[in-house]
Amino acid sequence: MHGLAFDIAHFLAGGMVVASFLLLYQDRLSALINIFALHSLVLVLAVGWQAYIQDAHHLYVTAGIALIFKAVIIPTALHRIVRQLGIHRTLEVVGGVGRDMLAGTALVALAILVMLPVTAGADALAREDLAFALAVVLLGLLLMVTRQNAVSLVVGFMSLENGLVLAAAGARGMPLAVEISIAFSVLIALIVIGVFLFRIRERFDSVDMQAMDTFREGRRK
Amino acid sequence: MSGAGFVAMTALLVVPASAALLLVLLPGYRLGARLNVGAALASLLASVALFGTRPEANLYLRVDDFNIYLIALNNLVSFTTSVFSASYIAHEMETGRLTPAYLRFYHAMYQALLFAMNLALLANNIGLLWVAIELATLITVLMVGLYRTRAALEAAWKYFILGSLGIALALFGTILVYLAAQPTMGEGLPAMAWDQLLARAAAFDPALLNLAFVFLLLGYGTKAGLVPLHAWLPDAHAEGPTPISAILSGLLLNVALYAVLRFKMLMSANPSALAPGPLMVGLGLLSLLFAGLMLYRRGDIKRLFAYSSIEHMGIITFAFGMGGPLANFAGLLHMTMHSLTKSAIFFAVGHISQVKGTQRISTIRGLTVTHPALGWGLVAGVIAIAGMPPFGVFMSEFLVVSSTFARQPLLALPLVLGLLLAFGTLLWRLNGMAFGKPDSGPAAPVQASILPMLVHLALVFVAGIWLPGPLVAWFHHVAILLG
Repeated sequence: MHGLAFDIAHFLAGGMVVASFLLLYQDRLSALINIFALHSLVLVLAVGWQAYIQDAHHLYVTAGIALIFKAVIIPTALHRIVRQLGIHRTLEVVGGVGRDMLAGTALVALAILVMLPVTAGADALAREDLAFALAVVLLGLLLMVTRQNAVSLVVGFMSLENGLVLAAAGARGMPLAVEISIAFSVLIALIVIGVFLFRIRERFDSVDMQAMDTFREGRRK
Repeated sequence: MSGAGFVAMTALLVVPASAALLLVLLPGYRLGARLNVGAALASLLASVALFGTRPEANLYLRVDDFNIYLIALNNLVSFTTSVFSASYIAHEMETGRLTPAYLRFYHAMYQALLFAMNLALLANNIGLLWVAIELATLITVLMVGLYRTRAALEAAWKYFILGSLGIALALFGTILVYLAAQPTMGEGLPAMAWDQLLARAAAFDPALLNLAFVFLLLGYGTKAGLVPLHAWLPDAHAEGPTPISAILSGLLLNVALYAVLRFKMLMSANPSALAPGPLMVGLGLLSLLFAGLMLYRRGDIKRLFAYSSIEHMGIITFAFGMGGPLANFAGLLHMTMHSLTKSAIFFAVGHISQVKGTQRISTIRGLTVTHPALGWGLVAGVIAIAGMPPFGVFMSEFLVVSSTFARQPLLALPLVLGLLLAFGTLLWRLNGMAFGKPDSGPAAPVQASILPMLVHLALVFVAGIWLPGPLVAWFHHVAILLG
């Protein structure tokens, strides 16, 4: 029982890390959003598999919410935003893709080096899941700090949340209340973000964060 | 007995939640403002009732010695702020900065924020605590962006990104605490109930707890405005409506710090876990010194006091990091005094920026001549927050400094340096604003209700001279609980 179940869980969680790396080197917005949909899809499979092997039915609900919101609705909405705002152009990456990939590799190594010794007491499944989840969280952070564009910032944040959901699913028997709230918070977050994007458009005719950064106290008249 | 307590505890959540729903539907801002004040008063009464009959803890909510007092403080300041907000908002309507639709939204969000903060303080479940703080973050993001100016949107956006990051880190920490507890506590809800976690924390895996605490300190520390992650705080304070600045500084920072302290207690209950003190001392000192330096070049009055909030959060974190009965006592006292004083200052600042039509310090001159009540109120508030006797902040800062000198004299040097920096800068800034030569231009008349400010300053003044016995006993008791 342990062998195959463990391997599949391992494979799916590892798949999320790979998808996070894919997010890192996308240079077009629409491709970035598609990869995010893929990222969420792998999350759905990973959480669904956890639900099956833990025999925890509430995790199916979590997987379902992730499937509907993160793999379908949010990517569709983001595509719409990109189309409406006409920002199909190439993304600027701070520091270049190569450096990002190196930094990403270092972060994954860090996640594994931190998590594996610390969780020596926990069962093997939770350990590996947690290490991968931390790697996905850190890669999401990296994506957020290296991108200028508001849409890719949002994608980075949501990939980070995917990592958190993976961690919550890996923690055996974690109560449902929390998982629903996670899904819920993502929804609210999207509403807030959506409102922001349109307000930003209304005010600045740009969703480039560089343009927003011109306001500082010292420079204000 | 516990039946009545349960009703009071439920009222603390139900009253603001239903008031928020009602305020969405209610047209007319005057009625909205009155309902807002009324609902805040009802919550305040419910929080006072908790002292009489305390409900039994369940898996979700709990009233204990630690949070009962913070709940009362929270609802007291929310009530006085709602009184201030009513007159502040009336002026914003007259000048056309806000429209009726926005005001309806504003009042509903005010009550929703009160709900979220009460929930965070009452929560016995670490997951629920996280949800409540996340809710409070999202609401304040919307409130900060209320004016929809370019600056307000940037501030809200920055707050949103940094706040969500903090929240995400805190969730990871929460999951790790659950994982640490799960082998001992079994699966399910009890493994997230704080009181049960505390009772059995000694058996948890220390390595997991250590890692969890680092995430939790960084996560909730972001919300408390501790220095490496403070960047959202000055902008959010400066660009949002002033009542929200008062709530952010006076209450929400306290709530975030309260979350950190809850987890610190868990850490202390486990003998082989890392001592959380040095981490908190380091972050606290960094915040204090950084904010002390940043105060010097501020040109915006609300930003000035926002940096002062970072400074005071630094002092409080430092005090709790030092630990021990005396330093914890000082930390609790300082939390209370800062929250009362800083909200009083923001009440004054709100009206001052309205009558002067600007937040720039250089154009605010001679307030004691042009607007004596506001001017002298600001003078009293700044003297109090800078830590001069006879106000309560002096007492708590004195306790922090003296307990540090007694135990770690070397740490007291940077502490005193930071306090002196902030002291000097604040008084220097105050001098021009309060006693400078007033501008010749006629300033708008004030329709300010200065009562909330006076009440707060009076409380801080009384606390500086005489602390009532039961309050001292309570501070002592909780200081020992905190370890």
